[in-house]
This record gives sequence, C-alpha cells and structure tokens, in this order.
Amino acid sequence: MSDRISVAKTYKLYIGGAFPRSESGRSYPVTDHKGAFLANAAQGSRKDARDAVGAARKAFPGWSGATAYNRGQVLYRVAEMLEGRREQFIAEVSAAEGVPAKKAQSLVDAAIDRWVWYAGWTDKIASVLGAANPVAGPYFSFSTPEPTGVVAVLAPQQSSLLGLVSVVAPVIASGNTAVVVTSQDRPLPAITLSEVLATSDLPGGVVNLLTGRTAEIAPWLASHADVNALDLTGAPESIRADLERSAAGTVKRVLRARPSEDFTREPDLSRIRAYLETKTVWHPMGV
Amino acid sequence: MWEYAPAPESRDIANLKPNYRMFVDGQFVEGTGEPLKTVNPATEEVLAEVSTASKEDVDKAVKAARRAYDRTWSKMPGSERAKYIYRIARLIQERSRELAVLESLDNGKPIKESRDVDVPTAAAHFFYHAGWADKLSYAGYGPDPKPLGVAGQVIPWNFPLLMAAWKIAPALACGNTVVLKPAETTPLSALVLAEIIQQADLPPGVVNIIPGAGDIGATLVEHPDVNKVAFTGSTEVGKIIQRQLAGTSKKLTLELGGKAANVVFDDAPLDQAVEGIVNGIFFNQGHVCCAGSRLLVQESVADELLEKLRVRVSTLRVGDPLDKNTDVGAINSREQLTKIQELVESGEGEGASRWTSACPLPDKGFFFAPTVFSNVSQAMRIAREEIFGPVLSVLTFRTPDEAVAKANNTPYGLSAGVWTEKGSRILWMAQRMRAGVVWSNTFNRFDPTAPFGGYQESGFGREGGRTGLEAYLDV
Repeated sequence: MSDRISVAKTYKLYIGGAFPRSESGRSYPVTDHKGAFLANAAQGSRKDARDAVGAARKAFPGWSGATAYNRGQVLYRVAEMLEGRREQFIAEVSAAEGVPAKKAQSLVDAAIDRWVWYAGWTDKIASVLGAANPVAGPYFSFSTPEPTGVVAVLAPQQSSLLGLVSVVAPVIASGNTAVVVTSQDRPLPAITLSEVLATSDLPGGVVNLLTGRTAEIAPWLASHADVNALDLTGAPESIRADLERSAAGTVKRVLRARPSEDFTREPDLSRIRAYLETKTVWHPMGV
Repeated sequence: MWEYAPAPESRDIANLKPNYRMFVDGQFVEGTGEPLKTVNPATEEVLAEVSTASKEDVDKAVKAARRAYDRTWSKMPGSERAKYIYRIARLIQERSRELAVLESLDNGKPIKESRDVDVPTAAAHFFYHAGWADKLSYAGYGPDPKPLGVAGQVIPWNFPLLMAAWKIAPALACGNTVVLKPAETTPLSALVLAEIIQQADLPPGVVNIIPGAGDIGATLVEHPDVNKVAFTGSTEVGKIIQRQLAGTSKKLTLELGGKAANVVFDDAPLDQAVEGIVNGIFFNQGHVCCAGSRLLVQESVADELLEKLRVRVSTLRVGDPLDKNTDVGAINSREQLTKIQELVESGEGEGASRWTSACPLPDKGFFFAPTVFSNVSQAMRIAREEIFGPVLSVLTFRTPDEAVAKANNTPYGLSAGVWTEKGSRILWMAQRMRAGVVWSNTFNRFDPTAPFGGYQESGFGREGGRTGLEAYLDV
C-alpha cells in the first residue's frame, strides 16, 4: 500500500452550504508548525465576505424560527459527525498546532463535547434568561431572549478547532447565523469542520467560513450594515480599535473577547448572552 | 367638545430657586463652566440659572466617584446599599408633587403625566433596584458578581427625572458609583434628586450630578477613570460615543432612537386602538424614543380608523403644562420645535397628506398642534426619521406578512405595537417584529421589572428587570 499516491484535498470556502473557491481566484500556502507545506487555502476577499453575509442573512429567518428542540438536535448531530471523524481531526489539529497526538486528542474530544454542551442549551436559554415580569398593573408582561441576527466571528488564531467551536457554537445555539473568519495560519481544521457542518442537517448559510487574511477581511465585516454583531477574539491587536469604530457605524454589538482566552476551560453563558436581544411583550389583562 | 375651566397646579409647589449648583462629592458647588439659563418652554421665561461643569469639574466629579467607590460603596454590604436606595425611593415619593411641578415647568410636559408617570415610576425604579442590592448572587451572573466601578451616565431631556432614576438606581444597586450629566435644557429635577440623595445621607461621591452641554458629556464618557458608560439619546450621538469608546475596556450600553410601528389589524377594537394610537404618539408631545410614530393600518379599516382618530385627536387639549386638563404640553425647546417643523414640511413636500388639529395654541412658548399624515410611503423622511414630536405617519398594509415587512423596514428596533383581537396573531406578530418592546393592545407601558431597550440601531443593553443588571456588573 505504501506505493499508493494519496488523494490530496482541495480546501475551499464554505458559503451558503456550498464550497466555492474565492471569487478572487487567490490562494495562500498553509504550512505545519515546522514550516512544511500542507495545502493551499482559499484567500477570501471582500466579495466573498459580502456573499457570506448575504447567505447568513438569508438563512436567519429559517434558523431563528426553527424550534429550540430542532436546533439542539442539529448541534448534537454536529457532535455525532465530528466524533466519526475524530482521527482525521486529531491529525489535522496536531499538524496545525504542533501539539503531540495525545494533546491533539484531548483538544478534539473537548471540541466534540462543546457541541454537546451547547446543543443542550438551545432549549434552556429562554427559561434561564427570560422572565415573567411582575409589573405594577393589570398587564401580562414577559421577556424572552431572541437572536441578534448575523454575527461576524473572527475565530481565535491559535486554537484551530476547539477555539473555533467555542466561538461558533454559542452564536448559532440561540438562532443567530454566522460569518466566520478562521484562523489565518491554521485554517485546515476549520475547513474540515465545514464538511462536518454540511452533513449535520445544519441549513446552508447558518455558518459560513472564510479562510484568508483576517486583517483584510475583518474590516469589511465590521462595517457591513447587514452584520449585527462582531466577535473580536481573533482580531490582530493592531486593528481591534479600528474594527470597533467601524462597528459603531451601525451600532453593532461588539464582543471584546481577548485572544488569550483559555478554551479548555468549561464555558459559561457569556458568549450566548453576547448575541441575544431581550424582547419584552405586554398585553392587558381583563374580561 | 367640553369646555373646561383652567385647573392649573401652582408653580410655587416647585420651590424654584434662582440658582442651582452642581452636586459633587456630597456638596452643592459652583461649577466653573459657563452658567446656563434654563427656560420654561411653555412661556419662554427663564426659570433659574444653573452652574455647569467645566472639563476640570468632570475630572473632580470622577475622582470623587472613584474615592467613594474605593473607600465605601464597593466595600459596603449589599444589604446596607439597599437601605440607602430605599431611602431615595421614599424621599421621591414624599416630594413627588414638588418634583412633578418642577418637571413640568422645566420640561413642558403635562402635569398629569409628570404626576402620574414620571415621578411615580422614578420612585418605583429606586424601590425595585434597592431590593436587588443584596440579592445579586441570585441574578444569574455567577455566585458573586462584581460592580464595574465608576459609571458615567448621560441622559436626555424627554424624561429628565425618570431617566436619571433608570440610570442611577441599577448602578448603585450593583455597587457602582455614578457621575451623571443631565440634559442641557432640563437640569432641574436631577439637581433636586441630588438634594434627595443628600437627605438620604448617601456617602459623599457615590452620586455626582454635573449639568452641562454635549461637550461635557463627551468629556465624561472619555474620562480614563470611567469604567462604564450609559447613554440615552439620539442614535447619532450614540454612534459617536461607541466610536469614542473603541479600543477601551469601558462597558457601554446605549438606548437610542426609534421609529416604532404600531400595527392595527381589521379585527382590532378600533375605539380602543384609537386611544392606544393617541397615547403612542401624543404622550409627552411625542418626545419619546419608543413613540408609535408609524401607524400601519390594514387597508380595509384605514378610512374608518383615520376618521375616528381625527375626531379623537381634535379633542386633545394643547397648552399650559401645569393645567391638570392639558393633554399635550410644550415642545421642549425652540431647537426641537424647528426640527419638527422642518420634518413636517418635508412630509408635505414629499406628497403626504397633512391633517393638523384645529386646537387653539398659546401665544407664547413652543407648541405644535397634533398632526397626522396619511398617504405616507415608506421612502418618505417622515416614515424613516425620528421626528420626536406630536406627528404621526400613517401607512397601510393588506396582509400580516406585509405588516411585518413594513414594521421591520427600519434600522431602528426599539418598540412596536399590535392591535388585534386574535391571540394567535398577537403572538405571531410579537415574535416577528424586531423590537425590544412589543405592546399588544396597549402602548407606552413602563415598569422597573420589565426590561426595556432596543434592537439594531436603537442601541444595546437593557434597563429594568433582572436583565438590566448585566449593564452594571462585570460579567
């Protein structure tokens, strides 16, 4: 068998459930931690980013309107699919991050478990964060959390899979859709994750993944009027403030998460809360 | 129309003083900014001279707030903080008539609103949040959520006392100290609230109130020792503040403008809906960020509803804010009146049909007669821009889907209304309208237990309820 030439994968973007190359025709070489060539990744452009936002917006009514039970099952299905590809991800994470196989294994396991954790949250968020408001008058008033809309996520640069899952799962758990700029130098696990997402009953466009230069793509997302929120986790330090300034143009919700976040720790609700709106509904009571 | 004899409240009840000073570190002190004269918008007479803060005074106030935070307020048990905040609630209730008259004098709003809405709701906000001070570990933000530090707060002129309460009460309950800048045209009730805070014997520096213009607000939010910024006002200024805070670690919440859709279906109880529409747009002269300024009526009942609406609006009494029979008071400033007039002219220019109540207006002061535009299209400025005055734009729709599409066709998302007798349709609409508050078969209801705040360009963060605590906690 050692004579066999393996079939190398072409790594592409993931937009609207499809796997296009960058419309710009550009690609960039991805290497392992020692500098050995792994693959060429698509170098996403401004146009790709706008296409991804369009796809995310189009997917929003369906995904936010799906039942929480349904979203929970889809997220759990992602964990199932990821589990089935566990060995592949261990190899890719090991190559991308330069960690020993055992460490890579624990990172992949944690990423799988994170999907399960967030899958369980979908139908509990409203009970934990919502309320019946005891107003001083003859009204029934209740408040429910609702998804903010399209969230642009700048994924962590270091943690290529666990970090990525940790920032994407909370966005979609509550019904948002996402445009994700992957780790610039470690994008391959993310692209393989998109293959998992595509086979997990996740509707096309709910998660869109762009590989390329974070500093090139991020400003277009930060200023895009159809993006409602921005996660700065993987933003280069030098452009963080600029991105926030751009985001202010349409009053985006900005999560100023730091790149130093430790994704091996058990998460809390803060990333779910960051992309929720509280809606309060009133109705009079009477006969 | 019934004739009513005038029934004015006495302005003496307001205990107006010729001079008001800013409140820093527990003392009323002369600010070193240019003093301002605050005007009664119903008469254009000067009510009082108010000393304002300079940039140096902002720094003094922030330093006082920091000292109070470090030395007393952040170390005090929540149960003790609670008692101070309860005291404030009680003192507001005790001085409610004085505050109501003062508010109507300085702001121009009808006394029946300041008396029945602004002042009691302000007291309720302090009472509600006082109870949270020693129960924060039950609020769902972890076992021991911490305050942020010094909060810099900038509030608008439409609900001067109530907005101060919305800002100060949760900040104090969560353990923060406060520097608050009231609006330039309405500083008085906040400074009487400062007296109340002094009477409540709050430790010096826990609350500081510094009148001034927009530049003082900008200085406050930019101050490096401010940890939290809360702003209520226009979307335009909100964006400027969000830009100013880019790259800092300051926590920000914004409560900005709106262009709420108030949707009336053909099965709605029309007389009840008319009352709600009137309350939605003419409450507080329409100076309400969540005003129901876009009326969407199902086509089949549009003519009937408009006729009923005009008849009802014709009975609104516009005039002396201190008269207990007044429905619509004075526009808060000449500047705002000019803005309303300009937008109304644009509505006429763009081809909408204007109807204005023939009610008599006072000879002096800033007044605008209630106005309803019909034949409004979505592209017109009066359908897109916040007028912040007693001007209603009426559009029509045929199907529920069209109503949703039109209601959501705005960069804002603060509030919305729906009128129908069909329960399932109410819930369907409430789910689809992208707004932070949805009033169904009612409008403009506020309560400290009910979170309030916007989607999209109406801002972020909530005020009120458990949810509202997040804005003042380091979580």
